[in-house]
Amino acid sequence: MNGVVYLRYELLRTFRNRRFFFFSVGFPLIFYFVIAGPNRNNEDFAGSGISAPLYYMVGLASFGTMMAMVTTGARIAGERQAGWTRQLRITPLPARAYLRTKVLTAYATSLLSLFGLYAAGGILGVSMPAATWVHMTLLILIALLPFAALGIFLGHLLNVDAIGPAAGGVVSILAFVSGTWFPVQSGFLHDIGQFLPSYWLVQAGRLPIDGQPWGALGWTVVLGWTVVLGVAAAWAYRRDTGRV
Amino acid sequence: MSDGVQISGLEKTWPSPSGPVRAVRGIDVRIAPGETVALLGPNGAGKSTTIDMLLGLARPDAGSISVLGHPPAAAVERGLVGAMLQTGSLIRDLSVRELVAMVAALYPNPTDVDEALELTGLTSVSGHRTQKLSGGQTQRARFALAIASNPELLVLDEPTVALDVEGRRGFWSAMRAFAARGKTVLFATHYLDEADQNADRVVLMADGIVVADGPPTEIKARVGTRSLRATLPDVPVEELQALPGVTTASRHGDAVHLVCTDSDAALRALLVRYPGARDLEIQGAGLEEAFVQLTRAEGAGT
Repeated sequence: MNGVVYLRYELLRTFRNRRFFFFSVGFPLIFYFVIAGPNRNNEDFAGSGISAPLYYMVGLASFGTMMAMVTTGARIAGERQAGWTRQLRITPLPARAYLRTKVLTAYATSLLSLFGLYAAGGILGVSMPAATWVHMTLLILIALLPFAALGIFLGHLLNVDAIGPAAGGVVSILAFVSGTWFPVQSGFLHDIGQFLPSYWLVQAGRLPIDGQPWGALGWTVVLGWTVVLGVAAAWAYRRDTGRV
Repeated sequence: MSDGVQISGLEKTWPSPSGPVRAVRGIDVRIAPGETVALLGPNGAGKSTTIDMLLGLARPDAGSISVLGHPPAAAVERGLVGAMLQTGSLIRDLSVRELVAMVAALYPNPTDVDEALELTGLTSVSGHRTQKLSGGQTQRARFALAIASNPELLVLDEPTVALDVEGRRGFWSAMRAFAARGKTVLFATHYLDEADQNADRVVLMADGIVVADGPPTEIKARVGTRSLRATLPDVPVEELQALPGVTTASRHGDAVHLVCTDSDAALRALLVRYPGARDLEIQGAGLEEAFVQLTRAEGAGT
């Protein structure tokens, strides 16, 4: 009946998990200082028109938040192995509330990673009008929707042994192709990248420069992937938990 | 709420690489409200499949199940059923108390968390993280989750597998304390002594069907074997074995041990033929023997 209490404990146990914290919050922060620190005075990073600290703040935020989202899948796989998903099915908790809890928990951890990087960006001199911060954050949160679905899809499809490499691999490839580590302005990677939701996640960082980072293509790609992966996640969930 | 459990004509076939397996082949079981029933049988008897259907985790191929007047899924949705599945561990990074509170919050009319911890003997470890518990404590914590909902029907699927003697004793005393509140309990086990000691009634399953259903004493009586012991030196075992009602005879020093299908006839004949027999003792067979005999008889018929 009370999905709110369930969510509260789900968040509590997520934040108590140290490994999780290191990979989705600590790891991007360390990388940020290591990469962006030496280039803190570069105002036009690799011809992107964006300062290096801002560029990497958004790049690593996309990496960290994608990781946090997809890591939900690893947690689901672990809970399935422990028989917990089955145990929940003999409680009145509806499937909808279960999935909503997973998505909200993923978002909570993503926000933590995001705000950590914003703070680090501030330390390295990133400054923008408040409205721009808010607008950028909203775009990032929207761009994470497909990854929330991806986490649930992988979590109900793969077992505990397979999900670590799968999630890590997918996020690393997406981050590489989408310009997390260096700008992707043109060429083959750009041609592929712009059809991936992660590309638009990184592009949210262009907001301070040209004010409108996503055109029709950006919105179509992000929302299209949300629908496709949402359907895939629902399929994987039903296949995993359906009565036979 | 007071109709107990009614299972009629239940059938379930699972696919498997070596062809379909008929796990449950048409069973009828009724459980009255407040009754504690053991579902007893060897591995592969169909106990877990029956329980999965009872909980709405599997869909029957044929037959019907009514749980407290509702279809299984509806009874679960209303929070009337608590269950401990055969396999499963606890999720980590919460204390025992937090985990029980988390699950209790999902139900409309839960058991008080302190009470659930007290009943399962977990009060002293309620602050420990779930991943730090011993095997016995983990099973009792899983039991605490099953009763957190304050269910009318409690279902336990082989709850004491992998527990030591001490762990089992603790577990069953907690179960009996819960059953004493007028709750209906169904537990599956392949430990015969557990069924004998903790159930009002035993439903014996083998090979997907119910082969016997009654109080533990009746199950034993149905097989009819009794064990007759006496002190009787100097009589050859062969002569004893030829007595009416005796199936096997053995000698241990001065003592003889007769396994009887009709212990009354055997005893009369023994006393007539060997008046010197003394220290006479007749015992009912253990449930273990009843179990072997009943399932074997059933297996021979198919």
